[in-house]
Amino acid sequence: MAKAQLMDFDEALEMFEPVMGFEVHVELNTKTKMFSPAANPAALENHGAAPNTLVAPVDMGLPGAMPVVNEEAIRSSISLGLALGCSIAPSSRFARKNYFYPDLGKNYQISQFDEPIAFEGSVEIELSDGTIIQLPIERAHMEEDAGKLTHMGGSTGRIQGAEYSLVDYNRAGVPLVEIVTKPIYGGEHRSPEIAKAYVSTIRDIVRSLGISEARMELGNLRCDANVSLRPRGAEKLGTRTETKNVNSMRSVERAVKYEIQRQAAILASGGTITQETRHWHEDTGTTSPGRPKSDADDYRYFPEPDLLPVAPSIELIDSLRAALPEPPVARRRRLKIAWDFTDLDFQSVVNGGVLAEVEATIDAGASPAAARKWWTGEITRIANAENREPSELVSPSHIAQLQELIDEGTLNDKLARQVLEGLIAGEGTPQEIVDARGLAVVSDDGPLIAAIDEALQSQPDVLAKIRDGKVQAAGAVIGAVMKAMRGQADAARVRELVLERAAG
Amino acid sequence: MSDLIKLSAAELAGKLAAGEVSSVEATTAHLERIRAVDGEIHAFLHVNEAALEAAADIDRRRAAGEKLGPVAGVPLAIKDVLVTTDMPSTSGSRILEGYMSPFDATVVANARAAGLIPLGKTNMDEFAMGSSTEHSAYGPTHNPWHLDRVPGGSGGGSAAAVAAFEAPLALGSDTGGSIRQPAHMTGTVGVKPTYGGVSRYGAIALASSLDQVGPVTRTVLDAGLLHDVIAGHDVRDSTSLVEAWPSFADAAREGARGDVLKGLRVGVVRELPEAGFQPGVASSFRNALNKLEQLGAEIVEVSAPHFEHGVAAYYLILPAEASSNLAKFDSVRFGMRVDVPGGTVEDVMAATRDAGFGDEVKRRIILGTYALSAGYYDAYYGSAQKVRTLIQQDFDAAFSSVDVIATPTAPTTAFRLGEQLEDPLQMYLNDVATIPANLAGIPGISIPSGLAEEDGLPVGIQFLAPAREDARLYRVGAAMEAALVAEWGGPLWDRAPVLGGAR
Amino acid sequence: MSEITPELVHHLGVLARIQLSADEVERLTDQLDAIVDNVAKVSQVATAEVPAMSHPIALQNVYRPDVPEAVLTPAQALQNAPDAAEGRFRVTAILGEEQ
Ligand SMILES: [Mg+2]
Ligand SMILES: [Zn+2]
Repeated sequence: MAKAQLMDFDEALEMFEPVMGFEVHVELNTKTKMFSPAANPAALENHGAAPNTLVAPVDMGLPGAMPVVNEEAIRSSISLGLALGCSIAPSSRFARKNYFYPDLGKNYQISQFDEPIAFEGSVEIELSDGTIIQLPIERAHMEEDAGKLTHMGGSTGRIQGAEYSLVDYNRAGVPLVEIVTKPIYGGEHRSPEIAKAYVSTIRDIVRSLGISEARMELGNLRCDANVSLRPRGAEKLGTRTETKNVNSMRSVERAVKYEIQRQAAILASGGTITQETRHWHEDTGTTSPGRPKSDADDYRYFPEPDLLPVAPSIELIDSLRAALPEPPVARRRRLKIAWDFTDLDFQSVVNGGVLAEVEATIDAGASPAAARKWWTGEITRIANAENREPSELVSPSHIAQLQELIDEGTLNDKLARQVLEGLIAGEGTPQEIVDARGLAVVSDDGPLIAAIDEALQSQPDVLAKIRDGKVQAAGAVIGAVMKAMRGQADAARVRELVLERAAG
Repeated sequence: MSDLIKLSAAELAGKLAAGEVSSVEATTAHLERIRAVDGEIHAFLHVNEAALEAAADIDRRRAAGEKLGPVAGVPLAIKDVLVTTDMPSTSGSRILEGYMSPFDATVVANARAAGLIPLGKTNMDEFAMGSSTEHSAYGPTHNPWHLDRVPGGSGGGSAAAVAAFEAPLALGSDTGGSIRQPAHMTGTVGVKPTYGGVSRYGAIALASSLDQVGPVTRTVLDAGLLHDVIAGHDVRDSTSLVEAWPSFADAAREGARGDVLKGLRVGVVRELPEAGFQPGVASSFRNALNKLEQLGAEIVEVSAPHFEHGVAAYYLILPAEASSNLAKFDSVRFGMRVDVPGGTVEDVMAATRDAGFGDEVKRRIILGTYALSAGYYDAYYGSAQKVRTLIQQDFDAAFSSVDVIATPTAPTTAFRLGEQLEDPLQMYLNDVATIPANLAGIPGISIPSGLAEEDGLPVGIQFLAPAREDARLYRVGAAMEAALVAEWGGPLWDRAPVLGGAR
Repeated sequence: MSEITPELVHHLGVLARIQLSADEVERLTDQLDAIVDNVAKVSQVATAEVPAMSHPIALQNVYRPDVPEAVLTPAQALQNAPDAAEGRFRVTAILGEEQ
């Protein structure tokens, strides 16, 4: 496929006004699925289940099976709707969205169509310079996820050229809330950043509600980004594209920017935009055309006859409202004060997308300064190098445990970085890695003294200098000892002992 | 033929409880009867190899002093629309040939728990689409009253099995009359319960908002006994009603005493005039009404102005819901798969569904797809759902002045095999009197009212009651039955022709 | 008369994933035309003020507690599969993309 022409971003913004819209699918982490009592693979405890082990008859569309709504999923959806500032419908209902696809056991998706559970809200997001803006929410509705296809043969993993596909229905029926924004105007140069901040805010909200694991890399949070351009001064909206399944916050930002540049180049050269879905390619940072909209997109929605209206009581809504956590922007304000961070330090946490991780690490016992240092430092460095999200690499509780090992003197900074590598490699808890790799600082003076004595003996001139009071000469001996101990010694203690032994 | 097969389920249950007969004996008698006559009738698609083991188990438990339910040990035929773990479940379709369900339908589980002995699975129109059982992919069922005639449908297999003494009890499903219309055509009793009164879990869905599972028997009391087994709330069916039901068998026993008819107000629907029915059907109905009047009932004309739109609404709602319910038959997880060399999965699905579905199923899926498609929904499916509201309002108004409504169950007696096969619209009219109950969710019963003079074939009278008043139908039905049997000097089936040689 | 054409019937076959032959399309066109003419009158009685009924017996808020239950074993899940590999259902190549 020919590489798409791109217009310079600033130039594109001079000629066109970008309009965005987002559909974010949130996988709820209820214990069971939306319509069946099968264990929910989007709940932490069920990650990595073998194929087709978490399926009830209704998830596979077996003859005679019927759906029954999970009450907890209703509660989670109402909470999310309220957190998005939405009104909760006094009565909403499910519909069938009919289309054939092998990952859809019944060949219809049970979703909410004309009567969503939550509608008309707005969400406050904060940009990197601290600017706060409101984004309009059109609706949030409940639905079920589809199964998973693996394409085999041909260019592996791609649908094109695959010889056959394998279907696993574990994910079929996972509870989803789909959050749909209204068109977002006025984003201008900041559109890509707004996109990223929006998804990050949704992630913060669902995490603070505890209703989703919200791990984008696992597909718990999936973003479809709609982008259209209209010439400056034009009333009419341009034709939009829908970039599907953008699965990291960085990618959302990049995909929006890419689509603005791509569409601008086409429009400026007199071309037209095709209304289509597009696929985001993480590796190349580009989108490619997918399925065009066609008249086969006739989903023949009708009210799901096997399910009944959802009519939450005022009391239920009020009690869920009372239990809402504070909104992300307010929470940031509070945390900045609680942690006593400078503006700069706090922005580095927020902009690094690691606020939740830092908070969780502090909650797990680390000091604010140490938590910030880990997440904005070493972990972010590795994440950037590997083109992944910091949160994917390691858990906050492990970082807190790692820091504790440093604080109690078991590890020095250098060893701690090795333990971090082990954590990222999934080798276990920090203590397990220390034990398995034999990384602990040698705290027993015996081996240290032996190594020091040997170093002093082999460097009599240095010994003489130290005895002459030239204490800085000790550095050479300390270095040799640390090397002999393969780094597993506390440098400060070695220094103390060197001076002691040299003194005789 | 063994006398055991001529017993009603209630009589057989009495003998089982008294230890006069064992379940193995009763089950053996019915299996032998199936062997003897089902070649002619073709009521069964599958006969349960393990029936005698289940019967022996009941006998053992009874001998051990276990307290068993009132119908324990009585054989039961099961419409193939209901999924079973130990027998194939095909819903009369080639696309599900050999399909083994990993779970039992709730009603089947209830039946097993009650000690009923599953004899096998009965024939039906493919996916319950039809009124003659000729649309079964496995060949038609023949009416025991006249082998050249249809037994009605879609549950012709269950009705014929009961009429031919192959089973004392059968389960059916009724979406637009599939229990009641075959009862009418075979001289048996069929009940469509209030929507939600019996679990639909494990009934292969045709039209979810219309389908109800119910009993198919030879007597009203037997229907009540089976209804008592299958009624009740099921957490697996969201539309299932939570209320506790009274005993329908008790209601039937109470009704059989007859005094329930004194002062009973029976509505007849002005919009279902006699002219719409075969003369012998109309006169049988008139005779039944006269009998009711003689016994103290008052016949009151009621108006149901929207009934005339019932068939139209039904033939939009049913295909629409069916087109969605039948989408699951796609060759991926179960059922038939047609090989399409070099074809994509889309090609395989489309070829499988073309080969696996019969003409009537395809016709209705295409119609339903049309009724739901963008631009037509409001005019068709949406309008049809409004007609339901209007019909429900008609019933509400009628039931404010009468206790039950009576109609002939169907316009004609059993027609000849093949007679209506090429004319779907004519076939659809068979359900004109039964459809309104499904649209409104109310219960209905069909019991034999006699034989049509012109052809000597059975005719049924249908009673309808307000939603949740199923027990009222058992009281009235049993009273009507007792009066008619007394008039005839014995049950209607005494006049049925002999099958399979000696009887 | 209604608007059923062979093209429409063919399109409905695509939506319903049924590979209709030319013969079938022709036959269905005539039959559907007659049926639709017959049923279309529902829109005349169904005026705007009449509420549509999706369930004959009105219920609401029917829920299941969020408690896992034993579900299908992998063997049960796959027992009717026309084709399977690696614990999953196997299908031939997929042309179109998901919705
Ligand atoms: Mg969407
Ligand atoms: Zn969605």
